[in-house]
Amino acid sequence: MTNAKAFAALADPTRREVFEHLARGPSAVGDLAQGLPVSRPAVSQHLKVLKEAGLVIDRPEGARRVYQIDPHGLGQIRAWLDQFWDTALDAFKAAVESDAGHSETPANEDRP
Amino acid sequence: MTSTTIRPAAIRKTFTVRATPEKAFRVFTAGFDGWWPKTHYIGSSPLKTAVIEPGVGGRWYGLHEDGAENLWGDVLAWEPPARLLLAWRITGQWVYDPDLLTEVEVRFTAAGEARTRVDFEHRGLERFGDSDAARQTRLSMDGGWGSILESFQAAANG
Repeated sequence: MTNAKAFAALADPTRREVFEHLARGPSAVGDLAQGLPVSRPAVSQHLKVLKEAGLVIDRPEGARRVYQIDPHGLGQIRAWLDQFWDTALDAFKAAVESDAGHSETPANEDRP
Repeated sequence: MTSTTIRPAAIRKTFTVRATPEKAFRVFTAGFDGWWPKTHYIGSSPLKTAVIEPGVGGRWYGLHEDGAENLWGDVLAWEPPARLLLAWRITGQWVYDPDLLTEVEVRFTAAGEARTRVDFEHRGLERFGDSDAARQTRLSMDGGWGSILESFQAAANG
């Protein structure tokens, strides 16, 4: 699932930093590397992973390649929400079909 | 404004539960805390209680272990036992934004003896892209993706 890929991509702290730098605006590899404590090849590698995860896109600008956050990254949010609601609604279905379903007070008990 | 408008399709789920619409509505709302996954929340402190306040204008929020309250949205339509319409105002950066409006609609329709068809829809997802607050938070998004990751990992491990 692409979304899982996106989250996995962002699990790496340096990659997240790269992503957050791009959140401030489009940037070329060299500019990104200057603001980060990692080498330029390392930044390139992180960008590659972010691109494969559908989080960033790149375009040529003269001799350089400029990276930016993918505006279609909204798809990631949707995919996440879709999965999220599956989980939540499954839990709702289980609750409504159980006897505990009539309870209107917050229940914290752990069921075996 | 960006030059491309993105319109993600609404999220739709339909399923049947073994309960009356009355009970289904009650469990969904008054019993919200009983089923809402505790791994799903915004903010830094673990979620203690999840609440949908009854009636139009009721708040939809989480109460946290450190005592903080984090709003998620509010009730737009309250029509027991047939229909509930909630405003989900949590951005893609996982922060509450009163100017963001996405809608969560849940319909409960009797489908035989003590059975209810539940039609769920989360729509207006394209608006995740265009709130000013969302843009602002992108500038200082410490914790934004981090919180999502934590929630996601907790969900995956749970």
